[in-house]
Amino acid sequence: MSQVVETESRASEADPSDVKGRSLTQIAWGRLRRDKTFIVSTIILAFFLLAAIFAPVITGFLGVDPYSLDPDVLDPAGGKPIGPWGGASWEHPLGVEWGTGRDIFARLIYGLRISLLIAFSATILVVILGTLFGIISGYARGWVDASIGRLMDLILAFPFFLIILALSGTMTQRLTDLGVPEGNASRITYLILVLGIFGWPYLARIVRGEVLSLREREFVESAVSLGASTPRILFREILPNLWAPILVYATLLLPVYVATEAVLSFLGVGVLPPDPSFGAMLGASTQYWTLVPSYLFIPGTLLVIIVVAFNLAGDSVRDALDPKAAKR
Amino acid sequence: MSAFVVRRVLIMLLMLLLLSFAVFFLFSILPADVARLTCGKICTDQTIELNRARLGLDKSIFEQYWLFLSAIFVGRTYGVGEGALVCEAPCLGWSFTKSEPVLELILDRLPATVFLALGAFVIFLIGGVGLGVYSALRRGRWQDKAITGVSLIGYSLPSFFIGLVVIFFVIIRWQLLPFPDYVNPWEDPVQFLQTMILPWIVLAVLYAAFYTRLTRSQMLETLSEDFIRTARAKGLKERVVIGKHALRAGLTPIVTAAGLDLAGLLGGAIILETIFSLPGLGSLAISSVLNPDQSILVGITLITATFIIVANLIVDILYAFIDPRVRPT
Repeated sequence: MSQVVETESRASEADPSDVKGRSLTQIAWGRLRRDKTFIVSTIILAFFLLAAIFAPVITGFLGVDPYSLDPDVLDPAGGKPIGPWGGASWEHPLGVEWGTGRDIFARLIYGLRISLLIAFSATILVVILGTLFGIISGYARGWVDASIGRLMDLILAFPFFLIILALSGTMTQRLTDLGVPEGNASRITYLILVLGIFGWPYLARIVRGEVLSLREREFVESAVSLGASTPRILFREILPNLWAPILVYATLLLPVYVATEAVLSFLGVGVLPPDPSFGAMLGASTQYWTLVPSYLFIPGTLLVIIVVAFNLAGDSVRDALDPKAAKR
Repeated sequence: MSAFVVRRVLIMLLMLLLLSFAVFFLFSILPADVARLTCGKICTDQTIELNRARLGLDKSIFEQYWLFLSAIFVGRTYGVGEGALVCEAPCLGWSFTKSEPVLELILDRLPATVFLALGAFVIFLIGGVGLGVYSALRRGRWQDKAITGVSLIGYSLPSFFIGLVVIFFVIIRWQLLPFPDYVNPWEDPVQFLQTMILPWIVLAVLYAAFYTRLTRSQMLETLSEDFIRTARAKGLKERVVIGKHALRAGLTPIVTAAGLDLAGLLGGAIILETIFSLPGLGSLAISSVLNPDQSILVGITLITATFIIVANLIVDILYAFIDPRVRPT
């Protein structure tokens, strides 16, 4: 063992410019580290992610929380926050809500928490379903492939946004009946499930295409001739080769779901008050925006920054993992 | 060629049938009680039971589906005797919350949606493809970088936020336009344009961003192909090389996306119709969600899905015309 290490170190000493084979991961990582857009957007995302995870710590430190009412900062007649920018002060850095006096900053980071929870969970569900169906479809071929293919066609032909809206009321009720806590817990579960169930066919198509070509490769053939079981071939041999397209798809799907959650809450079928959400905050902002424009611009800008950062990062990951991409 | 079209049409009809059943099934089996939803807060047990019988909800799902399907061709009468409601063919169901046939409600709302969709479609297709081609031809220069940067951001913007921001500045702050109030174009063309211009622009900008990206990458791919070099070597004018050779070869994915997007838009731009208070299919859909009316939702879902499937068919046929490589023998 030590001998091997020695030989290696000596070899690298002898010729530092020795050309080494690099894996796709190493190449991609090398590209990403030099990609300024990626670094900046990742830092922004990491910042928001940490803020969302440690939301209780941050709000506790600042002495604010997203639910408690604060009538002291409101004008007793009409409930308008006292002061400009929605009553922004040291106590309430981004102001308070009209009529309730709930702290906007705390509601934003708690809203971020819910939004990211939905986006990540739905994306994970899509990745699981899409990968599973894609691998099976591509590897089995024949009637299995054909029936999964038709199922995907059917799901893709559904006006899925409309279906999400249309089924929200009844399905949320169903989930409550099944024992999911009533209210937003049921609504959030519904959103995650429905986004996942209608989202997987796109990924499954991509995965299927990859598997169709992978299954003809020598390493799969050798695994088959060595007598490996089908699950082993699927998940130990083929799956590790699929992570690049899956990762790219997942990073670009996250911002879509962040935006979708906001839109649904905006329309009144997603997360509802008193729980905070960007969409609901934007929806409520139109009532008071002539007097307090910050109600519109603070959550809106935050939403845009997050979605753009996710998209930029996703684009960079895609470029970095593209084997055909020219060196830059 | 005609055999190809016939086969595609047959597949489409089959898909439609399958889809209508799936939609019907999804909506019929999921809710707790459709009959209870028909009358809202004024329900008595008697009305619920009456409506249940009228809607045929006491029958099995397959019978219900058959009734629904046959109503499209021969019409349907809900209930018997004096209180019977007649829904003439083609009947897409009856809305008890609005006491009108669903199809009539949909046709009522269709014009606003169609105007919104077509207007935005023209703008974003011309704008998006144009910018994409321009950007590809200026690859790597500042024009290209500006266009790709702006389009990435435009692509990421949530439509409802942009809609709200535009209303806030253009209508409330600067008062350049009155509040949106939809009228038929032949009644008052000026007010129609004043209402539609903002939703058109917002919708078009969001979609154009996507088409710019798509066109640019397609153009870059085809421009590096051998037949482009051949075309240039033949001494063709650059305009012909770009317009006739490069753009045409790269057009197929753009046509696909455009067909599906137009179909989706014709099903109602739910968010923008809500924000700009346009009386279209999208706002009908959202109002039927918030004030539950299953039959309207089934109707709209089916219409939208039909648009999507028909668009798929048209796109497939268009392919054969645009790209000789796809043409079946």
